[in-house]
Amino acid sequence: MSKFSKKKSGELPPVSTASLPDIVFMLLFFFMTVTVMKDSSLKVENVLPNASEVKKLEKKDRVIYIYVGKPTQEFQKVFGSEPKIQLNDKFASPSEVGDYILSERAKKSQELQNVLTTALKVDKNANMGLISDIKQELRKVNALKVNYTTYEGDAFRNLQ
Amino acid sequence: MARRGGAPEVNAGSMADIAFLLLIFFLVTTTIETDAGLDRMLPPIEPPDSDVIIKQKNIFQVNINKNGQLLADEELTDLKNLRAKAMAFLDNGGDGTCSYCKGKKNTESSDNPTKAIISLKNDRETKYGTYITVQNELVGAYNDLRNREAQRLYGRKFTDMEAEYLNPETAQSVKDELKEKVKKIQDLFPQKLSEAETSTAN
Repeated sequence: MSKFSKKKSGELPPVSTASLPDIVFMLLFFFMTVTVMKDSSLKVENVLPNASEVKKLEKKDRVIYIYVGKPTQEFQKVFGSEPKIQLNDKFASPSEVGDYILSERAKKSQELQNVLTTALKVDKNANMGLISDIKQELRKVNALKVNYTTYEGDAFRNLQ
Repeated sequence: MARRGGAPEVNAGSMADIAFLLLIFFLVTTTIETDAGLDRMLPPIEPPDSDVIIKQKNIFQVNINKNGQLLADEELTDLKNLRAKAMAFLDNGGDGTCSYCKGKKNTESSDNPTKAIISLKNDRETKYGTYITVQNELVGAYNDLRNREAQRLYGRKFTDMEAEYLNPETAQSVKDELKEKVKKIQDLFPQKLSEAETSTAN
């Protein structure tokens, strides 16, 4: 009888799970502070071309993005399959680019307004006509610094 | 019944599992993503006050048609040869005023790198991918020449110096020092890449 009672005292006590909620909360807060909400989901196909002579786009707070490409499958019924411009979350015509740049510029703080870069994320199968229209609009609002965003790689792969 | 010996100790064995789980989660979800691309300046919209007269020989005309074919300096050129051609044009030093040029000093080609202009023209139907390739090659031509000069003057590549200069983590003192060097190299081969408006006529 005494043997049995000895065995019982040797068993592991149950783990206290009292601190588990704390851990989970810590995780939650961590994510809330660290992650940034995605502000726009892509509605266009966006396979960027490759280039080897690239420069990094540092400081994301001074970049305005413009997406161009064919609308994705689900939007093709409504918007057709010709390349379109996407500003923030909606499709736009080239004439709206200027207003968009101005409104985005107004949102930034004073000292950043002169050093903004416009990043053109253009699908490699888009036509230059649309890009030229965008460039013309950018020139009109004096947003002259542009960055043709590309993947890093061999530029000759674009031709295939 | 009062417990003897206080509360039982927590088994910390699974802590490691939790930590690993976290680690793997981060590895999978986060992407260390900085966008990269070709930086370009667009020309201001208001025309310059006076028309500057540029000699024809100082202009290197690049035309891309809608099929992605390339006309460089009035010759049908393969894209792969564009960089070499652009470099030969920039580095020519036709009037002998350029002390660091190593070109052929052909009097029919550009006078001086500071005067040489590359003019890029494309069709509305040109594919964006082709356009980027051409841009890449032209920027590459400038970078190669600048690298050569930086190597000669400072013993390191221009592209590395510029990247370090633009990197926000670089210390201010290093930056100030680099700024001058970068500026100097840029002045030796100023990037004069003009983009004419696109042609609509095929």
